[in-house]
Amino acid sequence: MPQQPEVPLDGLYGDLVMDHYRHPHNRALISEADIEAEEFNPFCGDRAALQIKLDGQGKVCNVSARSEGCSIIQAATSMLSDMLPGKSLCELTAIAERFRASMYNGTGDDTEGLGDLLALQVVRRYPVRIKCALLPLVALEEGIKAYHSKAG
Amino acid sequence: MTTGDRTAAAAFDVEKVRDDFPILKQQVNGHPLVYLDNGATSQKPQSVIDAIVRYYTTTNANVHRGVHTLSQQATDGYEGARAKIRRFINAGDDREIIFTRNTTEGINLVAHSYARQHVGPGDDIIVSNMEHHSNIVPWQIVCEEKGANLRVVPIDDTGELLMDEYEKMLSPRTKLVSITHVSNALGTILPAAQIVSMAHAYGAPVLLDGAQAVPHMPVDMQELDCDFYAFSGHKLFGPTGIGILYGKSDLLEAMPPFMGGGDMIKSVTFEKTIYNDLPYKFEAGTPDIAGAIALGAAVDYVNNLGFDQITAHEEELLRYGTQALTSIAGVKLIGTAPHKAGILSFTMDNAHPHDIGTILDEQGIAIRTGHHCAQPVMLRFQIPATARASLAFYNTKEDIDALVKGIDRVLEVFG
Repeated sequence: MPQQPEVPLDGLYGDLVMDHYRHPHNRALISEADIEAEEFNPFCGDRAALQIKLDGQGKVCNVSARSEGCSIIQAATSMLSDMLPGKSLCELTAIAERFRASMYNGTGDDTEGLGDLLALQVVRRYPVRIKCALLPLVALEEGIKAYHSKAG
Repeated sequence: MTTGDRTAAAAFDVEKVRDDFPILKQQVNGHPLVYLDNGATSQKPQSVIDAIVRYYTTTNANVHRGVHTLSQQATDGYEGARAKIRRFINAGDDREIIFTRNTTEGINLVAHSYARQHVGPGDDIIVSNMEHHSNIVPWQIVCEEKGANLRVVPIDDTGELLMDEYEKMLSPRTKLVSITHVSNALGTILPAAQIVSMAHAYGAPVLLDGAQAVPHMPVDMQELDCDFYAFSGHKLFGPTGIGILYGKSDLLEAMPPFMGGGDMIKSVTFEKTIYNDLPYKFEAGTPDIAGAIALGAAVDYVNNLGFDQITAHEEELLRYGTQALTSIAGVKLIGTAPHKAGILSFTMDNAHPHDIGTILDEQGIAIRTGHHCAQPVMLRFQIPATARASLAFYNTKEDIDALVKGIDRVLEVFG
């Protein structure tokens, strides 16, 4: 089986991940959200929920992000929530695609809009945990999809 | 019964036993493998691996069909395995031993071929609060279809079944009781014989989910007097893809088939098909012949060690592990019933079970993390998940020591 580097846990559980895990951002619920989405990982019962409020220009003006589960899910949810404000849904979709691609293929030079999410690159060394990092992203994508289909 | 060779009982040599399991010799992530995920699946002794290789190398042919030599040998091997398993669980008749894929399939067979025929609107099916999803969902499907009620016997804070509540729940409306013999998430050993006799007083048959019981203790169909007993081969040191459903022959005979196909019929015309006798009525299609033979080899292996030795060794390990984990500040054991088998489920104050699992894996320690397909248990204890170390007879105190050292590392990272 593939060998992993000796005790690289300080990488996986580095300062930025642990900061977001211990002190997650944007947890306050918002009322009258335009986009609401909740995703579960059925294999572990973990959960990530996002609420997004859009302003008159269709840009994100308020975000609520809550998650239950391991440090990676909680950190990823918090990190993702930081990247949303001020963006249009088109921009969010682009960030989502970039983030997903980066978790499977690495970042290359295209890191625009990923911010702290870049710290999750270390999760690529633990393939079974990639789905933890991506759970809030799935919530975001599903939320945007549902918003578009509702808006017709 | 499988009480083992008493002359060997004094000489249980765990290192010698470990030599029989090639996988235990390997390194994982630069550390010797510490395999504590036996509740998910057990490792296989060389004799089981050899049985599979030998079957495909020298015997492979279809069963119950040809007159040629290999087909007869394959049939003898397959039916010989059935007889070994009948003796292993002390069933009365080989016809009561049905080869399935796993415990889940056995339970679904009973749900389809028994419960659907006997459960009607307003009837009750009783399960416990500590069932695996595979002993919940099939009954939910039947209850929804039939307008019946799924009743759930509660458990106390240690993980013991509340027998008074069970007694109260039983009634003439009870058409089936389906309860685990040993809890996969908590390790509790349930008073199965008592559960069965109480249900029988109301005329209700009982299915026991024995997936977590058969690797750890002798089970005796005559003593338990249960109507159905389901277990998986792969948790009993056999291969994946083969399992057993025991059923009392009078019940099985009255039940319609689960699946239709070859092997389960006597004759087929478009006007009328006559089903085969037991157990073949419930074994449609070519079975996992190699798997059945290898499960027979696994049963031989376990019999050779003997449950006297296995149980004594595992009880000592469980005692040692319980003491070790309860003495670590910040670790909480989930499932503290007085009678337990092989399971140490725990949570930590500041670390989610997945993070515990990753950090342990870095040190070559394999445990299960998550809800263990028993979400109602997690809800009962108000936790999202646990980390679960589950034992087999080849585990050692050194394995427990490694677990404790691994937990220390979790505490370093998560405090």
